[in-house]
Amino acid sequence: MTLLIGSLTVGLMLSLLAFGILISYRVVAFEDLTVDGSFTLGGATAAMLIVSGADPLVATLCGALTGATAGAVTATLHAHFGINRLLSGILVMTALYSVNLRVMGKSNIPLPSQKTLMNFANQLAARLFAERTVLHVAGWEASPRDVCGLALMSLVAAGFGLVLFAFFRTNLGLAMQAIGDNSRMIRALGVNVERMMIVALFISNGLIGLSGALMAQYQGFADVQMGIGMLVWGVASVILGESLVGTKKIGFLLTGAVMGSVLFRLLVAIALRWGLNPNDLKLITAAFVFAALVLPKFVSGGSRLVRRERRA
Amino acid sequence: MLEITDVKKTFHASTPNEVRALQGVSLSLERGSFVCVIGTNGSGKSTLLNAVAGAFLVDSGRIELDGADITRWPEHRRAKLIGRVFQDPFSGTAPSMTIAENLALAARRGQRRGLNWALTPGRRGKLRDRVAAMGLNLEDRLNNPIGTLSGGQRQSLTLLMAGLMKPSLLLLDEHTAALDPKSADQVIRLTQEFISRDHLTTLMVTHSMQQAAFLGDRVIMMDRGQIAFDISGQAKRRLRPEDLLSRFEDLRRANQLDESAAEMLRAQYV
Repeated sequence: MTLLIGSLTVGLMLSLLAFGILISYRVVAFEDLTVDGSFTLGGATAAMLIVSGADPLVATLCGALTGATAGAVTATLHAHFGINRLLSGILVMTALYSVNLRVMGKSNIPLPSQKTLMNFANQLAARLFAERTVLHVAGWEASPRDVCGLALMSLVAAGFGLVLFAFFRTNLGLAMQAIGDNSRMIRALGVNVERMMIVALFISNGLIGLSGALMAQYQGFADVQMGIGMLVWGVASVILGESLVGTKKIGFLLTGAVMGSVLFRLLVAIALRWGLNPNDLKLITAAFVFAALVLPKFVSGGSRLVRRERRA
Repeated sequence: MLEITDVKKTFHASTPNEVRALQGVSLSLERGSFVCVIGTNGSGKSTLLNAVAGAFLVDSGRIELDGADITRWPEHRRAKLIGRVFQDPFSGTAPSMTIAENLALAARRGQRRGLNWALTPGRRGKLRDRVAAMGLNLEDRLNNPIGTLSGGQRQSLTLLMAGLMKPSLLLLDEHTAALDPKSADQVIRLTQEFISRDHLTTLMVTHSMQQAAFLGDRVIMMDRGQIAFDISGQAKRRLRPEDLLSRFEDLRRANQLDESAAEMLRAQYV
């Protein structure tokens, strides 16, 4: 049960990362490689602030803000200096490795849970379930703290999902969606595509930094390596979510990102339980994304055809 | 209204691929005029349209629209004044977004896009009326992705979107060339309707002598980056497609002569 609750909580936490990836890769079609760096930057910033005595909520928001700034830098390198998108992301990601070490001062910062947002879960558990140390959920035993953590995280993920859904129905959000769909058209309708890319990557990496900040507090430490592979992880969640919902409507895509993220986390947890070597995890994740990208073309023999027909 | 003065543009300058696409074009459009631009491939007619739209910046010369000097304006800024329809019916609409969303995007052409709702019930109703007025039975499909429509339907909607906010200038770049004859007729009918209803100043590139002869109040023909002739008024009203074809023939012969003469001179003196 602890395993299940833990997987759900982490899955929801990483659904913020999946939202970020959805915005950069799908909505504005910008292949953003900043992710591994901005995820860590969010975690590092939050950890550093918490250790130096800041309020965990403020620290978390600062983590989101620094992540967002990193994304804006990547988009600016592309928009104003004409650097290739992939290279812009690589430059920022590489630079962030040093920045993250500078921020943290060392490669790993442990975080005592009393000082982090996890403390909210503790307090909530203490208030709701007072003296009980074990809860029975559907006949399973679970700790009140974990259940409260999961409940809070569900609220956060749902809240951000709804805010993003609302955002994509505004004039600004609609124009942002058009960039990934047909940038020539939206330019002819008067949108400064370069500036919009900067806004999109700001939001995207803000969510990713936020995800990193939460992750660091949940696992109880920030590590300079914690971002490695997060990009592919997020892409896997988004792809999985897309195949679950099967439409391109933004509301469904957002829902799909949450579902994909949670499902992917569960699959990984099960695989690890069955004895998968944790060192092989990134390899398996990459192989999964490869399969998800390539298989549909063989299986239905049609997904490409369908797309072509729709265009014609 | 639109004032183009001695505009020049060379692509790939000082390379073997150098193309002198516009070699000193001057053109003046009055408010409400509808001008057809014809010319052979590579004559510079689309380049002229793109120069006005801001797809690239010109090397020299001046472009004024609505009293503003837009020569150095980036493309997205010019969109405030200019509505455009491209040759490719897939270029003008965002395929995975719905008809209503595409129209909502067009309804904010050149304006600030903030955090207010894009599709309020009121605006949706207005957009629905505009779609219904086209008579294509698309008004009940506002929530369908535009990618599910045919090329002709998409081009009709692009035209509606370009004219929705009454642009100072409407640019049509061979917008029926990629359509089947029936859809092309329909798009031309809508083009006439929109232009005459809102008195839109229009610059339309076309490959069809029929369209050039029967539409608009002025025809200009481009040839090798310059305006070869300019017909308006009485002469334009009398113009038939055959007249334009024979003009094409004349130009072709003149060009051949020029080239053989140049060849002869080269042989003698170089």
